[in-house]
Amino acid sequence: MWNGDYAFLLSNLIQKDFKVRYRNMSLGVLWSLLNPLVTMAALTFVFTKILPSHRHQFPVFVLCGLVPFNYFTLAWSAGTGSLIDNAAIMKRVPIPREIVPIATVLGNCLHLLIQIGLLLAFTLGFGNGINWSWLWLPVVWGFEIVFVCGLALITSAINVFVRDTRYVVESINTILFWMVPIFYSFDDIPQRYHQIYRFNPVAALVLALRSILLESTAPRMLLLLQLASSSVLMLVVGLFVFRKLKERFYDYL
Amino acid sequence: MALIEFERVSKIFAHGGGAKLLRSHLLDRFKKRERDTFYALKEVSFQVNQGESLAVIGRNGAGKSTLLGLAAGLCKPSEGSVAVRGRVAALLELGSGFHPDLTGVENVRLNASLLGLSRSRTSEALESIVDFSEIRDFIHDPIRTYSSGMVMRLAFSVAVHVDPDILIIDEVLGVGDQRFQEKCFDRIRRFKQAGKTLLFVSHGGDIVRLLCERAIWLDHGKMMLEGPPAQVLEAYNASAG
Repeated sequence: MWNGDYAFLLSNLIQKDFKVRYRNMSLGVLWSLLNPLVTMAALTFVFTKILPSHRHQFPVFVLCGLVPFNYFTLAWSAGTGSLIDNAAIMKRVPIPREIVPIATVLGNCLHLLIQIGLLLAFTLGFGNGINWSWLWLPVVWGFEIVFVCGLALITSAINVFVRDTRYVVESINTILFWMVPIFYSFDDIPQRYHQIYRFNPVAALVLALRSILLESTAPRMLLLLQLASSSVLMLVVGLFVFRKLKERFYDYL
Repeated sequence: MALIEFERVSKIFAHGGGAKLLRSHLLDRFKKRERDTFYALKEVSFQVNQGESLAVIGRNGAGKSTLLGLAAGLCKPSEGSVAVRGRVAALLELGSGFHPDLTGVENVRLNASLLGLSRSRTSEALESIVDFSEIRDFIHDPIRTYSSGMVMRLAFSVAVHVDPDILIIDEVLGVGDQRFQEKCFDRIRRFKQAGKTLLFVSHGGDIVRLLCERAIWLDHGKMMLEGPPAQVLEAYNASAG
């Protein structure tokens, strides 16, 4: 039905998202920096002064967890609400519906880039050098973005039919803060709970980041494979579910 | 050749737009209650041939918008079949894709891409779109500072630059001042002269007589009459009493 310019549409939708967001903030991108900095400071205080974890370079350690977690939660909840937020467009123009949640997830990448900058600045500031394993950084971040796209396709579609989905997503995000090794390490987790973490791509990303930035070694192959396969699988499932549900969107929007 | 073909098309909606909260989904599951539905369209059949202009008239809630939504490919019929051939530009509630915080020019680009224009075509047409809208002095201001007439001018300007095979118009000519209306009207006439197809929805009025060769009258989702605009309008106005 719609045979326009996909790339042009996608770039316009992404631009709309962040132009609107940043134009309404007087300090603009500073807000993207403030949130992880404040959380990092609070966690560092708690885990070095109150419950000391004796973790090497704790601020960098915690940022390796916070930055992927922040992007995941923001992009996922924005993506979940995207079809409803863009209902005016959805009801008037026969654009391919998939493009709306995907554009929202990608639109949050500006946020992510700023926070990655912060993470790398801290890594270098603590005296860690740049090395070859850094080449893995764009790859592992890419997988996270693919994973969130898949997830947002599913939840945004369900959210059209059941408007409470948004709140379920928010609750999951709250739990996830504790279930991703943000302020603790994978080694702290007892063996019998490893399965819970193994198939959690956010946790896998955190582990990969720590190995690259703190230990200067490439992530383990098995970890990369898990990250890659869960991300691609999620995208495929997401597209499939979305295709099943999208024909009835109009009646419910 | 028929570019738009509706065959015994029905569209059923639930009152209130279907269950939207978890609570009502659960209630549906446990209590076998009857879903409250109605026909927005019931067994409507018609064709629009290439180069022809068809008016759809009827009161609010007659099913006009649903009919346009089906023709524009926004939804599927519950019963019957809809076939549409060619590139469609649907001007439904003009400006609804506009974002108040974006500037005029940013909204033009966004809207053009939504309507299917390519990046290069948009850049080429940008000057001409701004010229047509006659609001060049405000084009870098956010849309929220515009009057509603200005928003409509901009939206219509984008839409007429899409160059579709089929143009679907929903009551947009009632916007702007007399002179701008004339200009839009002229644009649509030129569009017709170029052999394009027009589907035009209206509450009725002279504009239907001027633009269309044929009209259908919808009432409560049913097709009451099909024929020359003058005849259909007469029957429609008579029923309004």
